[in-house]
Amino acid sequence: MSTLSIIFTALFYISLFIFIVGMGKKIYQFWITPAPLKIPTAPTQLTQTGVVFRMIREVTLFESLFKSNKWIWLFGFLFHFGLLLVLVRHLRYFIPGDLPEVFLLIQPFKYAAFAMVIGLGGLLVRRIFVARIRYISAPSDYLMLLMLITIGVSGVVMTFTDNHTDVMMVKAFASGLVTFDWTNLPTETHFLVHLFLVFVLLAIFPISKLLHVPGVFFSPTRNQVDDARKKRHISPWALQQEKEHAVKLEQTLGKDE
Amino acid sequence: MAAKEFDIPKLPTYIEIPELNPGIMKGDGPFKSAEEFQTPLGFPGEKVDNWQEVAIAKMGELKSKYRSVQVFLDSCVKCGACTDKCHYFLGSSDPKNMPVARQDLFRSVYRRHFTFAGKYFPKLVGAKELDDDMLDDWYNYFHQCSQCRRCSVFCPYGIDTAEISMAAREVLDAVGIGQKYCNQILGKALTVGNNLGLPEPALRDTLLDLEEEVEEDFGAPVKYPLDVKGAEILLITPSADFFAEPHIDGLIGYGKVFYQDGVSWTMSSYASEGANFGMFIGSYDIMRKAALRIRKAALDLEVSRVMVGECGHAWRVAYSFWNTLSGVGAGAQSSDEYALKLQNQLDHRYPQPQHVIEYTYDLIQRGKLEFDKSENDDRTVTFHDSCNVARATNMGGIEGGQFILPREVIKAVCNNYVDMERSTIKESTFCCGGGGGLLTDDLMEIRVKGAMPRMQALKEVEKNEGVNTLAAICAICKSQFTKVLPKFDFDPYMIVSVHQLVSAAIILDKPQTDAEDAVEADAAETE
Repeated sequence: MSTLSIIFTALFYISLFIFIVGMGKKIYQFWITPAPLKIPTAPTQLTQTGVVFRMIREVTLFESLFKSNKWIWLFGFLFHFGLLLVLVRHLRYFIPGDLPEVFLLIQPFKYAAFAMVIGLGGLLVRRIFVARIRYISAPSDYLMLLMLITIGVSGVVMTFTDNHTDVMMVKAFASGLVTFDWTNLPTETHFLVHLFLVFVLLAIFPISKLLHVPGVFFSPTRNQVDDARKKRHISPWALQQEKEHAVKLEQTLGKDE
Repeated sequence: MAAKEFDIPKLPTYIEIPELNPGIMKGDGPFKSAEEFQTPLGFPGEKVDNWQEVAIAKMGELKSKYRSVQVFLDSCVKCGACTDKCHYFLGSSDPKNMPVARQDLFRSVYRRHFTFAGKYFPKLVGAKELDDDMLDDWYNYFHQCSQCRRCSVFCPYGIDTAEISMAAREVLDAVGIGQKYCNQILGKALTVGNNLGLPEPALRDTLLDLEEEVEEDFGAPVKYPLDVKGAEILLITPSADFFAEPHIDGLIGYGKVFYQDGVSWTMSSYASEGANFGMFIGSYDIMRKAALRIRKAALDLEVSRVMVGECGHAWRVAYSFWNTLSGVGAGAQSSDEYALKLQNQLDHRYPQPQHVIEYTYDLIQRGKLEFDKSENDDRTVTFHDSCNVARATNMGGIEGGQFILPREVIKAVCNNYVDMERSTIKESTFCCGGGGGLLTDDLMEIRVKGAMPRMQALKEVEKNEGVNTLAAICAICKSQFTKVLPKFDFDPYMIVSVHQLVSAAIILDKPQTDAEDAVEADAAETE
C-alpha cells in the first residue's frame, strides 16, 4: 500500500472513531439531561402518536421552516434531500462484491448531487447577501457551507465530467475499509479532496452546529406531548427537591406545606 | 426620572422587515433591583466580586438541569428563519433583537467555556468571553424579550428564545444583578400573597365594594367571596383584576357567570395572585414557591376545583407547570403521596386546573347561560391571542382549543366579530409588547416599539372592518394596551376582558342559592 493510502485509511478510522464516540457522548448528554417542565410549542400535539407524526413532518418536510421562510426552506430542502439521495447511492462503494439489483433503480440518484449543490449555493448566497443572516454568521458558518460545496462539486466533477476516477478502485478501497481488507486508493486530486473533506466533516460533527441532527429529536418544544394537566411530569432533580422540602417543612412546622 | 424621548413607530400598511440599526436599543436596561428585593429571594444583594466565575458555574448548572438549554445552545445552525419573527426586532430594528442574535449573546459565552471549538478556536465559531460589555448586553437585551415564543414556532428545531432568556436572567440574578420590577413584585407575592401587596383586609373591602357596585348596577346580589372554606371552586386570578381597568370588569363578569350557574366559589387571601413572575426570572424554585401558595389555599379551603382567571402567563404556569410544581392537576402515580394528597380532593370530572374561559364555554355549550347579544351591538370585536395562552397552553382538551374557545365565547355574546390577519393571530400571534416582566415604565420605549406589529394588524381591521374593541384574556396585555393604544392613535378604552363582554350580555335571572346551602347541598351530593 502506498503511504497516501495508509494515511487515508488511518484518517477514515480516526474520523469515524471521533464521530462515533463524540456523537455517542453528545446524545448521551442530551438523553440524561432532564426536561423539568412541559414546554411544547403550538401547534401542540395532545397524544404521543401526534408527537411522532409532528416529528416525522419536522425531519422529513421541515414543516416549521416552511412556515417560516420559503427561500431558506427551498434551499435547505434541496440540500438535505439531495444529500440523502447521494448518500444512499454511495452505499454501492461500501458493499463488497456484486450489488443487489435494487441498486440499478437508485442509479439516477447521482443527479441529486445538483440539487445538493444548488441548495448549498442558495444558502451561501443568502448568508452573504441578506444583511440579517450576514449579521448572525460566524466564519465557521461560511466555512461549513464552503466545505460542503467543495465536497458536492468535487463529486459532481468526478461523476459528470471527464475527470472520472477509477470507480472500481474506489469500491475496492471503500469496501476494504468495511471488511478490513485494505487496498490502495485512486490519487486524483478531486477524489482526495472529496474524501478528505468528508473525513473532516465526520470528525467535526460532534463539536459543531451539525449537532442539529440529533438535537431536533431532543427538542422539548417539539417532542413533548401536551398533556401537563392529565399526567404529572416531574424530573428527578425536582422530585428530590420536593421530597427534601416536604421533610424540612415536616420538621420545622410540624405539618405539610 | 424623566422617561427617555423616542420616536413612536409609524404603522405601515404591511409589516416590512426593517434595515438593521445595530445598537439602536443599546442601553442600561430596566432599573436594577436593590438588596432589599434581592436578599429575600436568595440572590446576592449586589454584583458579586467573582461574578464571572459564578456566572459560568451557573450556566453549567442550568444546562445540566434543563435539556432545553443544552439542546438549544448546541443545535442552532444560524439559518436565519427566526430573524424576522420577533416583534421587538420588527419594531426597533436593533439586530440584537433578532431571536438568534439574542440567543447568541448567551450561546457565544457557552461556546467559549463549554465547547471544544470555542475553547481552542473562539474567533472561528464566534465564541466570546463574558466580560463587562457582554454582561451589560445580557441585562439590556434579555430584558427586551417578552418570552413570547413566537420564534420557537418558526424554528426548524423548535429553539425557544424564552428558555435562553430565562436562563440568562437566572444567571444575572445569581451574580446579584436582578431586575427591580420582577424581584420587587415577587417579594410581595411571596409574603403578602399578591403582586400588589394587598393584604387581606384591603382585599376584603375591595370585594365588598365591588359587590355593592354590581348589585347597584345590575340589580342582582352577585357575590365575590373570599376565604370561604368548603366552596366548590377556588378562583385564582391576577391581582390586577381587583383594581385595574379594564381588568376589574372581567372579574365582575366571572362573578356573574358563577352567580348564574349557582355554583359556590371563593377567592383566597393567602393565594390572591394568578400571576407568577417566577417564570419571568427563570427560577424554578421561586416559581414553585409561588405555586405552592395555591396548593396550600386549595387544601386549606377544601375546594374541589381550581380555576384560573384571565391571565396569560398565569395560565401557562397553571396549565403546563402547576401539576409539576405543586400537584394541582391529575394523573399522579400511586406512589406520589405529595401530589395525591391534593389530587384526591379534586373533582376530576373537570379539568384541573380549569380556565374560566373553559368554564364559561362549557356552560354556554350546555345551554346554562342566556345572553342579550344586542348589549354588545355597539362593538365590533377582534381577539388578541395572548402569547402564553396561544403558544404554551391548551383549552378544552381539543387541538387548537386555546384559539377556539375564547372566540366561541366572544361570538356567543357579540354579534360582530372579526379576526385580524392570519399571520398575526393564533400560534403566530404578536405579543402585546409588555409580557415577560417588561411591563414597567422604565422599559416604555421597547414596549411601544414592540407593540408596533400588533398595532399594525389592529389598524388594518379598524380601517377595513370597523373594529372598535380589542378583547384579550391576559392582565399584562390589558395593562400594556391601555398604555400603548393611544400612542398609535387608538382609543385606550377599546381594550376589554373577554368576560367584560360576557358581563355586558349575560341575563341574570336566578337568585343565587345561599353560599352555605350550596356547600351543604354539594357535600350531600358527593356523599
